[in-house]
Amino acid sequence: MRTGSRISPYLYILPALIIVICFRTIPILASFTASFADYDIGGFHGFVGLSNYERMLTDARFWNSVSNTVFFVLGVVPAGIAIPLVLAMLLRGDLKGKAIYRTIYFLPVVTSAVAVSVVWTWLFKPEAGPINGVIIALGGDPLMWLREPRGIFEMLLAPLGIHPTGIFAGPSLALVSLMIVSVWKSIGYNTVLFLAGLENIPNNYYEAAKLDGAGKWGTFRHVTWPLLSPTTFYVLIMSTIASFQTFALVYVMTPPPGGGPLGTTNVIVFYLFQKAFDRFDIGYASAISVFLFIVLLGLTIIQRRVGEKRVHYS
Amino acid sequence: MRSGQILKQTMLLAGGIIMLMPFLWMVSTSLEQGGLSNYVEAWTRVPFGTYFLNTLIVTGLTLIGVLITSSLAAYSFGTMEYPGRDKLFLLFLSTMMVPQPVYLAPSYVLLAKLGWVDTYLALIVPWTTNVFSIFLLRQHFKTLPKSLYEAARLDGCSRFGYLWRVALPLSKSVIATIMLFNVIGSWNSFMWPLVVTHSEKLRVLQVGLSYFNQEQSSNYQLLMAASTFSILPLLLLFLLAQKHLVASYSRSGLKD
Repeated sequence: MRTGSRISPYLYILPALIIVICFRTIPILASFTASFADYDIGGFHGFVGLSNYERMLTDARFWNSVSNTVFFVLGVVPAGIAIPLVLAMLLRGDLKGKAIYRTIYFLPVVTSAVAVSVVWTWLFKPEAGPINGVIIALGGDPLMWLREPRGIFEMLLAPLGIHPTGIFAGPSLALVSLMIVSVWKSIGYNTVLFLAGLENIPNNYYEAAKLDGAGKWGTFRHVTWPLLSPTTFYVLIMSTIASFQTFALVYVMTPPPGGGPLGTTNVIVFYLFQKAFDRFDIGYASAISVFLFIVLLGLTIIQRRVGEKRVHYS
Repeated sequence: MRSGQILKQTMLLAGGIIMLMPFLWMVSTSLEQGGLSNYVEAWTRVPFGTYFLNTLIVTGLTLIGVLITSSLAAYSFGTMEYPGRDKLFLLFLSTMMVPQPVYLAPSYVLLAKLGWVDTYLALIVPWTTNVFSIFLLRQHFKTLPKSLYEAARLDGCSRFGYLWRVALPLSKSVIATIMLFNVIGSWNSFMWPLVVTHSEKLRVLQVGLSYFNQEQSSNYQLLMAASTFSILPLLLLFLLAQKHLVASYSRSGLKD
């Protein structure tokens, strides 16, 4: 009986522990190990030191996927904060139809990324797609959307006779189209987080601001924004981490083997996927995995550190 | 004041219409040229029935696994004291820091070595525990008063009996959250089933829909019909459980 009760705590965690070790810990460690190995379709060919990492440094396609991902994050994250923040401010308090709005905004969050991608592919269709239909009806020129490899700045500045190239051309319109979908899909979730954050701000701060004669903008700047900063920071880091891992949208909307027009929507996880499962280049794919992991770990650590200190006010 | 309200409502309404537009376009396109027969056509052109059944099997069995392994582990982590507990818990938590794409390739190699590639085992077994669910339930179990446990034991309740008859019935809300998160996660999961299965008879809904999209890329009525019926089950679940779901999301701050 006594020994029984001494080992029983371990027996309770055993089923979960087996799964975690076999299907999380071991593959994670294997990923690190494989990043130092020559491992391809023919199996393991021995350790090769840092050569997978050296290859990464000189692989233009890899760096292209990194810059696409950075563009993606820089586009999606600020929009995914600004729009939900405005919506949450509007929805705050007793408002007629609040529940209905929340339902509508939240709908895309629970919808699968694949279905969302299939629908938006149709909406963005250059020929006969509804979005171009609206543009034409308004007297504009139809766009190529998901098939447009030209950079967005290049397109915007062309009428002015300015032709930026390379990184200054900006993300392709195809990538921007994916950003739009990504923001649309996450608006509801971030709005709900901001609403919860706003509800946590004690009312007496607002009363004090009112007594001080602060206007709407002043109240927002000096009360709401600083007191909301923990939520804002949380949303910032979490959306960054999620955006770094975008895959389904790219895979379905700008399908393989390309990764979009001229590879302009090929993001890190998509590139990793191609290396691992089209080429079965496991060693090299693992090195990319480790790179991705280090970036995301860095973000998580920043989140924990700053989160503990509470991005703060007072 | 009144004009402020009108402005607010106008902005929210405009935003709502933009958010809803893709869904409206989806449904209206699915009904063009042929109406509801597009749904029948999409459903029968590729075996969507099989895809649905596979998704249901995977979602159901994964959920059962998660509920069993998570309640047992959370009970141990949250209410018992023993050497190594915190280190083991940290081992669990640390896996949450590593996103799935990072270990996808070695997972595939492992499944291949086990001979599980292209089987239900590969779709289900690795996901029969969920660290975040363990974490949520552990936090909840920690809040149950110790006196409750002692009283139950005095009444002759076994250790497992306390979990089954006392702790779990007191955790209905957390269990509901865990169920919702896991059902949504399994139903919508794409990358994993895409990688670990190849044959059509094991295809889940998301993978099936993505192939259908590639094969029928110009057949919009059928694609929109297929999209509509593939999001319908979760849409209904969301509408039924939305209050609880939205609250869970905002409390736990976790998606996907």
